[in-house]
Parts: sequence; structure tokens; C-alpha cells
Amino acid sequence: MKKTGISSRLKQVLFSSVLLFLLPGCSDRFALLDPAGPVAHTEYRFIVLSAILVSLVVIPVLGLLIYIVIRYRDRPGNQAPYRPNWTESKILEAIWWGIPILIVAILGVFTVRDTYALTRPPTNHKPITIQVVSLDWKWMFLYPDSKIATVNYCEIPTGVPVQFVLTADAPMNSFWVPRLGGQVYTMPGMEMQLWLQADRSGVFEGRGANFTGKGFAHMNFQVVAKPQSEFESWVKSVKASAPALTNEKYNQLVKPSVVKQQSYSSYPTSLYKNIVNKNGGMYWHGKHEQHPMPMDGQHQMPMGN
Amino acid sequence: MFKSLVLYLKNADPLIQMSAVAIVLTLIGIVVALTYYKKWGWLWREWITTVDHKKIGIMYLICALLMLFRGGVDALLMRTQLAFPGMNFLDAQHYNEIFTTHGTIMILFVAMPMLFAMMNIAVPLQIGARDVAFPFLNAVSFWLFFFGALLFNLSFVLGGSPDAGWVSYPPLAELSHSPGPGINYYVLSLQISGIGSIATGINFIVTILKMRAPGMTLMRMPLFTWSVLASCIVIIFAFPALTVALALLGLDRIAGTHFFTMLHGGNPMMYVNLFWIWGHPEVYIAILPVYGIFSEIVSTFSKKYIFGYKSMVISLMLISVIGYFVWVHHFFTMGAGPGVNSFFAVASMAVGIPTGVKVFNWLFTMFRGRIRLTLPMLWTLAFIPCFAIGGATGVMLAAAPGDYQFHNSYVVIAHFHQTLIGGAVFGLLAGMYYWWPKMFGFKLNETLGKWAFWFFNIGFYVCFMPQYALGLMGMTRRVYTYPAATGWGTLNFVSTIGAYLMGIGFLFIVVQVLYSIRYGERDMTGDPWDGRTLEWSLPSPVPYYNFAQIPTVNGRDAWWEMKQQRKEYSLSSTKELKPIHMPNNSSLPFFMGLAFFVAGFGLVFNQFMIATVGLIGVVVCMLWRSLEKDTGHWISVDEIKQMEAS
Ligand code: HEM
Ligand SMILES: [Cu+2]
Ligand SMILES: [Cu+2]
Repeated sequence: MKKTGISSRLKQVLFSSVLLFLLPGCSDRFALLDPAGPVAHTEYRFIVLSAILVSLVVIPVLGLLIYIVIRYRDRPGNQAPYRPNWTESKILEAIWWGIPILIVAILGVFTVRDTYALTRPPTNHKPITIQVVSLDWKWMFLYPDSKIATVNYCEIPTGVPVQFVLTADAPMNSFWVPRLGGQVYTMPGMEMQLWLQADRSGVFEGRGANFTGKGFAHMNFQVVAKPQSEFESWVKSVKASAPALTNEKYNQLVKPSVVKQQSYSSYPTSLYKNIVNKNGGMYWHGKHEQHPMPMDGQHQMPMGN
Repeated sequence: MFKSLVLYLKNADPLIQMSAVAIVLTLIGIVVALTYYKKWGWLWREWITTVDHKKIGIMYLICALLMLFRGGVDALLMRTQLAFPGMNFLDAQHYNEIFTTHGTIMILFVAMPMLFAMMNIAVPLQIGARDVAFPFLNAVSFWLFFFGALLFNLSFVLGGSPDAGWVSYPPLAELSHSPGPGINYYVLSLQISGIGSIATGINFIVTILKMRAPGMTLMRMPLFTWSVLASCIVIIFAFPALTVALALLGLDRIAGTHFFTMLHGGNPMMYVNLFWIWGHPEVYIAILPVYGIFSEIVSTFSKKYIFGYKSMVISLMLISVIGYFVWVHHFFTMGAGPGVNSFFAVASMAVGIPTGVKVFNWLFTMFRGRIRLTLPMLWTLAFIPCFAIGGATGVMLAAAPGDYQFHNSYVVIAHFHQTLIGGAVFGLLAGMYYWWPKMFGFKLNETLGKWAFWFFNIGFYVCFMPQYALGLMGMTRRVYTYPAATGWGTLNFVSTIGAYLMGIGFLFIVVQVLYSIRYGERDMTGDPWDGRTLEWSLPSPVPYYNFAQIPTVNGRDAWWEMKQQRKEYSLSSTKELKPIHMPNNSSLPFFMGLAFFVAGFGLVFNQFMIATVGLIGVVVCMLWRSLEKDTGHWISVDEIKQMEAS
């Protein structure tokens, strides 16, 4: 009976490893499959849908391949039919032109729907805005409403759409908080937008996703979501206890380095605008139409005055 | 410059110093061996000055395999560093250089030359031609590639490797953030080899359109030739974009312009667009000929005509056209509006349709056939599931809302390795095994090849499947280390084991080649696989004029049909032989490459004197060539008879 013991354990291992890949939604280790807000959820749903649709082709291909290779192998005495001159079948070909077209069409409809949906605020609550600047190699967050600033972490209220407005004072990076939703690039002299929202409290890991040199691997940050009231008291405590971010301190911060989390009770009002402008944003005033990329609407080059 | 080089070497880490020593020793070894065996003359006459497409193909193949080794060592170094969280094997700078050189080398100095190798070896033979349209230009292309690759590889030991990724986006790749010579190496070596690639593209388009044997209409052309045509069309549309991107980036770095700096009205996104207008089609350039190779192999080893030939041709052309218009999917997250993103998403997914069709046609070519599991066929069979999964994840990435999450994560790494290894590498290995007897006159040992096959394939899945999971866990690409708290350790470790298994697989291939040179089964027939296309009608290795008599083609799979007919009517064609005109060997392509190399090397270090000398050399070579009057010679009927008899 020992033998079956081993094989049943083997079965268990195999089975659970299959589960590990199929049902990782239960495990918060698979950040992409464990959405914590409406944006990430839309994307998650889409990922699952696309996975199912493409399997409709992949699985038959694998099955057919195995069957055909076994059955038509060149072995002495193989009785399977051999038709060396059979080269065409309109019906068969219509089927395998048709099925992928159908799948892409379905996927296309959902793609368009979700791509548009993701440019809008995820819910109807009154949103807040956070400005984000990627630096070498850290993330700075500015709160234009309450005038506080943080580095390498930001707090947001749960259930409220957050409009991140992003730029870079360093090479291009990409702002990504997998459990809250997909990423967007930060680029010097340009301003980008990203809607995210957290539905529950928690600490969500964020990463710089686009390579920016030596300290890139350490460009992580945390997004801390907490209920509105707690969020407000956090703002108050930062205002009360943290130091101010002066221009001098910013000039230190902007130099390449890896730093710990920080918070500041205030920052120079024009800091963000200056960052965009000094990196070239100033050349784009009133020249939207000259943007060298086929873009519409959303992408904004300059800072409006 | 010399001083800064010495300084660099002195301060470099031991790995680099060791490689410098190893390179010098290898060079000395080669020189000594050539002198001892008195092979210099042979090397010069038979190889360096050759304009024979088959020999050029073999030189491409050798370079590609050497570069695959270099790129593979890079890969193992990276995977070793990532095996455990917080590893201390490579530092950040070194890791960055390695993934940059790995990516660049694999795409430009492995996939491209492999493909050029196959094109050179097989296309003229398949279409019944004596040569390519422009044999001299073909040699120029090779030497440009060779010296481009040499320049790129030198960077490791002379001055510092590029470290901004194989995409080298500004501003990271501008002087402000990458002041050393690394990115200059990248810009100039890609530029030099890129010129060669464009020339090859033109050369083969003309060859295929103009030099087919009588009777070989377009719709009777072997699918490999079709796929090369499709690929070359993409080359001539895509590579100019790279040329421009690199030229402007080079100007920014060397002449102080501001094309990509945002300041003074420049814009880095222009680079991103130009780069991917080349970069995306580049993967189709690499993959299209592979489709052709698989088509030939499936049909030969199933002993059947290819199923749905017309569909295959149409899908090849569709892929090359649609594939050209999808580049924006590489930066969906750069803020283009939903309209733009939707358009490029749907276009990208649409490429999956003709690709799917091809897979089914291959399957149904085997259906009701007789499948022989030779090495080329094994790699073809392994390709199908690999590419089906890789293609499926490609469609998932191409859909913008999914890509917002996948972009820059390990899902991308897993996906493109699956398509590039499963497609380009498997395909080119299959092609190599398939045409090897044609090139060298002997077969490669099957047993060793099977060991290589299994190590490589099992290693592949062990290496890259966990990376999909890592991507879903939020692991970003290009990180040289990660904290244990992320929980990414186990899967990374597994992945590293897979990489080593693949490394062992590669070693088996090396052993297989060395062993077979001595003991491999000799091919006396010229048709060891019972082939179907014209190259198998020739003796192996093929005489340098290819066909003593240009064949007349009466249908698809021309050689197969001839064999069938010969069986039935025992026809023997005894047309009269005529003298053949062939191009002369020339040393100019080599010197032209060398001159480009000197110019490039000068520019890397802002040494404009050296650069000028090099550029003058280029001009001199061109003038020289334009003044040459007689660039060919005749082979008499007697000589042909002699060669054919031996
Ligand atoms: C033979 C086994 C291979 C292994 C184990 C391997 C491994 C790796 C690793 C570890 C990275 C870096 C991932 C990161 O940190 O972002 C990488 C990147 C890359 N690899 Fe490979 N690789 C292999 C073969 C290939 C082949 C055959 C190609 C192309 C034909 C290729 C093309 C690339 C490219 C383009 C990159 C991206 C470089 C960049 O991010 O700039 N690799 N590979
Ligand atoms: Cu932009
Ligand atoms: Cu692409």
C-alpha cells in the first residue's frame, strides 16, 4: 500500500499546485488577482475573461496536437489513413478563420468598453487629487487640498476616487499599485492622470515599474487606505507634527538616492508646476496639437497657468 | 581615450578583468592555431572574401551560435542573481548592464543573424537561382553585422556596457543620466548592423521577385521563401525607423542636440514611438521566416503537401501588414486616450487570427500524414504548444485593460521569452538541423540532439512558467533584487533551475556539433530527408554555382513532383550544359565593415579624428568598388562537368 501512499501524495501536490494557479484569487500573494478597488476589479474581470476566451483556442490545439502525433506517427503497421495529396478543405479552413475572428471580436468589444470606462472616475463620490512626482529613486506625493507632502508612501481615504496627477523629475517611470489598478507612466515635463480607488482599508504595495537606473529596484512605496475620518486625522497630525518641505530640502531630495518614508507639513505652492515647467513643460504652452504622438484628449503636456 | 580605457579596466570588477584576459588569450590562441596550420590563406580566400551566399549563411550561423552563448551566459548570471531574495552576486549596475546586453544581443545578434543564415542558405536554392541578386552587397551586409556585433561586445571590456535596457529610452539614455560610453556603443553598433539588415532586406526581396527558376510562379513558391519575402518587406519598412531613432539619439549624445530631451522643444516620446515602430515589427521579422521553416519541416516529415497553402500565404502577408501597425501596444500606459488605445489593442489582437490559422494548418498537415520524429520535427512539435500559449498570453497583453496591469511585470518577460524562444530559437534550431546536411554534407547526431531537446524544453517550462505567476504577484521586470517579504523567492528559485537546465541543453548542442563533425553520418544522396523542395535536388554540400542546369518547375513542392514523375516515367533530363557566369570574390566588404567599425569606435569615445579616418575608409571602399570593371568570371563547361562528377 506504500506505493499508493506516495502517488496519492503526489496527486495532492499536483492538485494543489494546479489550484495554486487556478484559484489564486484567494491568496493575497497574487496581487493582480486580488483587487481591492473598483479599478483593479474591472481589470481583473477583464483578465479572467480574456484568459477564458483564449483558452478556447489553446485547449483544442493542445488536444489535437497530442492526438495527431500519436495517431499518425510513421510506425510500421500504422493503419491510420494516409492522404499525401489532401491539401485543402474549405469547410475546415472556414472554421479556423472564423473562430479566432469571433473571439477577437468579442474580446474587442469588451476591450473598448473597459478602456473607455477606465478613463473615468470609478465611482460618483467627490474625488480627491494627489500629485505624484517620481524622482531618482523615490516617490513624492503632494496633497494640493491640504498642502501636505509625503515621500514613498501616501494615505488615501477608502471609498473615495483618487485622481493621481503624475509627472517626473527624473527619467520616465511608471506608477503602479497592483491591488488598486493598472499603471501609468510618469514623464518629465508632461502630466498624466490615473484614477484609483480603495474599497477597503489596508496597506497596498506600490512600485515603480519602468526602469530608471541603479536604484530602480528600491523604488517601492506604500498606499495606505483608511476610512475618511481616520484619513482626516492623519492629515491633521502631519500638519501638526511634520517639518516643512522647503525648496532646499526638495533640492536635496531630487538628487539620486534611496530614502525612507517621510512626511511634510507643507510645501512651496508652486513646487509641482515648477517641476513640470523646468523639465520642458514650458515649451508646450498652447501647443497641444504638436504633440508627436497620436493621442487624443487625456494626455496633457503642459501645465496650465 | 587609451588612458580612460586602462583606467576603466583597472577599476572594473574581476568578472570583467577576467573576460578581458580570456578574450586576449582566445585571440592569441586563434592566431597561433591559424599560423601553425597555415590556414590564413584558406581563411582569407574561402571565407573572408567570399561572396557565395551559402558560405555567408554559414558565417552568420556561426556568429549567431557564438552570440547565443554570450547571451545565454548573461541570462544565467541574471537568473543566478535573482535565485534568492537579497542575493549579493551582481550589483545593481552590473545587473543593469547585463540585462541590457542580453536583450540587445539576443534580438539583434542572435535572432537576426540566425534568420539571415537560414535565408542565405536556403532561399536561392529553393527558388532555383544561382545566387542572390546582389552577391557583393550580401557580403557587405554580413561584414556590417559582424563588425556591429564586435563593437557591441567590446563594450563589456572596453569602457563599459550600455545599461539603459535594450529599449534605451531617453532621458535615461541621454548624457545627463548615462554619461559613460555605454549607450554610444549601443547606438553605433546597432546603427552599423542595422544598415546591413536593410541591405539584406532589399537583396532578398529582389532575389525572390526576380530570380526564380522558370515555371516557379509566386503561388508555387515554397512557404519558407514566402515567409522570407514577408519578413524582408517588414525589414525595409521597419529598420529605417530604428536608423532615425538611433541617429537622433546619437546626435543628442555626441553633438549636443535636444531631439529627445524635452528641453528646447525636444520630446522623449518621439523616441519611444520611433523605437517601437521598429521594435514591434522586429519580432515579426524574426518570427515570420520561422513560420516558413516550420511549414517546410511539417510537410517534409509528414510526407504530405502543406495543408491550406493559400491560407498560409495570405496569413503571412496579413501578419506582416497588421504587425506593422500595432506598435503603440508597448506604451498603452503612456497616456494615450481610450480611442488610441482601443484601436491599437484591437489591431494587436487581430494579429492572433492569422497566427491561429497557421497553427491549425500545421496540425492538419500532419493529420493523415506519416510523422517522422526527427530532430527538426521534434523542435517543430515542441514549438506548437509553446507558441499557442505564448500567443494566447500575447492576446491577453494586447488587450489594453489587461495590459495596464501586466505592463512591465514578469508576465511580459514570460510571454515574450515564450514566443521568442518557442518561435525564433526553436525554429532556427529546427532549421539548422534541417539544412545542416545541405550545408556541410553530414547529419548531426540524433541521440545527443534528443538530450539537448529534452533538457532545453523541460528547462524552458521550469524557467518561464513560474514567471507568469511572479508577474501576477506583482514582480516588476529589471529589478536586480527583491526583499524576502514579497514572497517571490521560491518561484524565482525554480525559475533559475530551469535556466540552468536550458544551459545544459545548449551544451549538448555544442557537444553534438563537435561529435558529429567527426562521426556524423555522411550524406551522399543530397536528399537525406526525402525532401520536397529544390534544394534537395542538389548534391550536399552544394557546388558554388548551385545549379549546373537551372531546373524547370511544374508545380508546388517541385522536387517531390520530379521524384514522383521520375518514378512513373523514369525521365532523365539531359539538357546541354552551358558556361556559368559567377561573381568574383572581393575583400572590399570586409574592409568596408572594418572602416565602419573604426568610425564607430571613434564616435563612441568622441574621438573625431579616428571617426574621420574610418568614414574616409568607407568612402574609399565605395569609390574603389565603383571603379571596378570586371566583377565576375566564367566557369567553363569542362569545369562544371568535373565538379558534377566528383
Ligand atoms: C535561454 C534562456 C533565457 C533566459 C534564462 C533569459 C533570461 C532573461 C532574464 C532573467 C531577463 C531579465 C529580466 C529582467 O530583469 O527584466 C531577460 C530579459 C530579456 N531577454 Fe532573455 N533569457 C533567455 C533567452 C532569451 C532569448 C532567446 C531572447 C530573444 C531572442 C531574449 C530576449 C530578452 C529581452 C529582449 C529581454 C529584455 C531586456 C530588457 O529588459 O531590456 N532572451 N531574459
Ligand atoms: Cu508624454
Ligand atoms: Cu509589440
